[in-house]
Amino acid sequence: MDLPVATPVAPSLATSSPWLLEVEDLHVHFVTSSGVVRAVEGISYKVKAGEVVALVGESGCGKSVSSLAIMRLLAKPAGRVVGGRILFEGRNLLELPDEQMREIRGRDISMIFQEPMTSLNPVLTIGFQITEPLLIHLGMTMEAARRRAVELLKMVGLPDPARRLDQYTPQFSGGMRQRVMIAIGLACNPKLIIADEPTTALDVTIQAQILKLMKDLSRDLNIALVVITHNLGVVARYADRVNVMYAARMAEQGSATDVFASPMHPYTTGLLRSVPRLDQPRGRRLETIEGLPPNLLEAPPGCRFAPRCPARQDACIRVLPELELVAPHRYSACIRARELARVGPTGLGLQSATFERPQPKALTRGEPLLDVQGLKTYFDVSSGLKRHAVVRAVDGLSFDIQRGETVGLVGESGCGKTTVGRTLLRLENATAGKIMFDGKDVTAISGDTLKSYRRQIQVIFQDPYSSLNPRMTIGQIIAEPMLVYKLQPNRAAAKAKAAELLTQVGLFEYMIERYPHELSGGQRQRVGIARALAMKPSFIVCDEPVSALDVSIQAQIINLLEDLQQKFGLTYLFIAHDLAVVRHISDRVVVMYLGKVMEIADRDALYADPLHPYTQALLDAVPVPDPALEVSRRYKVLSGEVPSPLNPPRGCVFHTRCPLADDECKMNIPELREVRPRHYAACIKL
Amino acid sequence: MNTAAVTITYKVPVRRHPVRLFITQQPLGAAGLIIIVLMAIAAMFAPWVAPYDPLAINYNAMLARPSAEHWLGTDSFGRDVLSRIIYGARTALAVGFLASFIGSTIGAIVGVVSAYFGGKTDMVIQRIMDVILSFPIIVLAITVVAVLGKNIVFGLDINLVIAIGLPMVPKVARVVRSSALAIRELPYIDAARTAGFSHLRIIFRHILPNVVAPYLIMLTAFVAQAILAEASLSFLGLGVTEPTPSWGLMLSGAAADFYEQAPWMIVFPGLAISLAVFAFNLFGDSLRDWLDPKIKL
Repeated sequence: MDLPVATPVAPSLATSSPWLLEVEDLHVHFVTSSGVVRAVEGISYKVKAGEVVALVGESGCGKSVSSLAIMRLLAKPAGRVVGGRILFEGRNLLELPDEQMREIRGRDISMIFQEPMTSLNPVLTIGFQITEPLLIHLGMTMEAARRRAVELLKMVGLPDPARRLDQYTPQFSGGMRQRVMIAIGLACNPKLIIADEPTTALDVTIQAQILKLMKDLSRDLNIALVVITHNLGVVARYADRVNVMYAARMAEQGSATDVFASPMHPYTTGLLRSVPRLDQPRGRRLETIEGLPPNLLEAPPGCRFAPRCPARQDACIRVLPELELVAPHRYSACIRARELARVGPTGLGLQSATFERPQPKALTRGEPLLDVQGLKTYFDVSSGLKRHAVVRAVDGLSFDIQRGETVGLVGESGCGKTTVGRTLLRLENATAGKIMFDGKDVTAISGDTLKSYRRQIQVIFQDPYSSLNPRMTIGQIIAEPMLVYKLQPNRAAAKAKAAELLTQVGLFEYMIERYPHELSGGQRQRVGIARALAMKPSFIVCDEPVSALDVSIQAQIINLLEDLQQKFGLTYLFIAHDLAVVRHISDRVVVMYLGKVMEIADRDALYADPLHPYTQALLDAVPVPDPALEVSRRYKVLSGEVPSPLNPPRGCVFHTRCPLADDECKMNIPELREVRPRHYAACIKL
Repeated sequence: MNTAAVTITYKVPVRRHPVRLFITQQPLGAAGLIIIVLMAIAAMFAPWVAPYDPLAINYNAMLARPSAEHWLGTDSFGRDVLSRIIYGARTALAVGFLASFIGSTIGAIVGVVSAYFGGKTDMVIQRIMDVILSFPIIVLAITVVAVLGKNIVFGLDINLVIAIGLPMVPKVARVVRSSALAIRELPYIDAARTAGFSHLRIIFRHILPNVVAPYLIMLTAFVAQAILAEASLSFLGLGVTEPTPSWGLMLSGAAADFYEQAPWMIVFPGLAISLAVFAFNLFGDSLRDWLDPKIKL
């Protein structure tokens, strides 16, 4: 892309330090009613001008808090910086008067937030929001500011910028809003941009676009970038240097290539191996980091990671290790770091030495458990003004699922994959088509027949926080269906059964009296699984069951789902947007786009040799957690956005973004056909 | 596979007795509850607590200032204000609390039902609520009292309670409906539906407990309004009638004519209403927090 040259801004005073930002021994505390949470404990890192630095860690590790501390935006009065210095061009930001700090915010340092849907003000025009910092910080005139705004929107790749300025946020998609956020961040030519999970809320193809944009911009405009993320693939594609945080402390620092190639902290090793990866063969099980991160209210005395660390020694539990230089340019807070570097993760028992191939499931290709034929689910969104507006959420879907099989359903947001699940669960009614379950048509059943169907088909939801009734204890939640259906004779028996189910999903019996909010996200997800199992179902719809969880917890839940499948002979429909996770768990994969099936194939066939251009683009867009590979990889970034399902393109729904598309694709709706044995794709170019 | 055993210890919280927990965690709410209980006891045992007969007219002590004899003074008929306030607590608490409790509870159920079923049901229920809402409270109450007449049960006019409670129904229904609409979309309601639970169970077991916060806030706020509405109705001769002691009547009756000579006639019943309202609000707020498992330890 041809980038317009940025308007120069008054140069700042030359500083002697080569570092733009130096965070030294930062301590942040949150005072809560139940005690002091030590959210950040003595972290230090430095950022050079024009460099991309990543802060990696799981939720609650303090990565966002430390960046809010840089901006002095901690929630007062609970959050306070209790120690350390934050030097920006040699000036300690923590000691600046409010007036000067306000000048730095937005002008020298700007911030991009995770949620593009809520970080722009919906009642102000885009133009107003972009020109605001220009008028305030640089004292530009309105015309000059508007000119600059047009220039900025062009820079972030928004088409037709002059017209866009007078539009409001709801007229923009998520990806476009994130571009606008970046434009606002860039407005005053900052020296540093802090991006807090900038692509987490976006689809993979949009994520790839935004990542490329930010990387190009930082290189071309020489802006330093601090990227906060939990996604190791994003780090690999992006970062020059990496800081790994765990439980409020820095675990490891180093260049991205070094850290990924030879991690020197067991936590980093754990993180890297618990993510299912597209660039490596699928192992039998995901290797996980057992347990949970410590409660920062009462952290253990020794190394924070020791309780979960397979390589811990007695000293680890007693002594809190400091971050030390362990190799040239490598820092680690592990007393066995040098040893780890010498013998590698397998030597310390951090990784299994042998690679186990997955055992192929013995699936009988007979009468399928679930057979979906030409399923259509439309939503009538007509209002007074717009007459007859119909969203074709699912538009002619056919697939079947064998007993004991896991079928993965992937696609970007808005492709209708969740609606498929909800229609199967009869939470939505099908507009047309047939759902055959165990040989019986369940598309339009009601009353007692529906009730008995519902006993056999259960669901696990994405959000572990809102899928459990906050006013019921865990025991009540799990026991309720057993009592309603009289699966257990009385309350005591139901409670005992609930306790048994809790242990089966890897929780503890005493949790039966707890309320959902007293558990962590991963634990709640396990409760959700136990609730589904309480009905003794044969089929479970898993609707993004791990996408709200941290990577180390994700792997635990995936392994649990696989174990339960074997134990109870369950059949899964696994709905997800994460292609690597889907590859790990599924036997067969269905790829959807705008309510239609693009491709269906056995897992290995699909990932090894995707036929449909959309599947290829999806696989290309996923960043792989290996910087060496990312550098050499020539990924094609799919341009454009998913069209509105209210007004889908004519012909092949994918033709607007397809690299192969020609006029013929605009005319004909491609049928799903068997291109190779058991490998179906809907594309006329094949 | 990695088999290094990892043991993680968890602390099991000990749950204490709920009443003791309420007192220690919500001292303000406990204070409110104590005030309410004291008032209720005084009202129940009024003949033993009150120093005078509230109806006894004493022409020798008309408009007497507060003194050792009459702590809170006397009114224009020489009746003891303190005794009248104590007896008046009967009507105030009974009508005030019952009316707002019945009105808010019906409102909450109507709101949840309306939100849960949605569509046509919602439409019909909300239009009925609109109709009720379009009448001024007093006009509506007058109509109800006029149509139903008096219906005294245990010394309490049930129709008066209905007349005061009815106008609250649409207001509570509106607020609760909007909370319930948000809750209806949450996955745990979907989970209850996929489990095949009945509508009744989903409404009463899964949605209602989660709208208890707006319900309690409205309920306690309406206690005050109900006491005042009772006063207005009594003033119009539709509620409690003279000479029965009632806080509202004491405020709005003859007291208005004498506020310059005898301000105590108006100040003390006013204080009584404020204290009752204050106590209900304190208790209501604390109860809301305390019922929320997220705030409990």
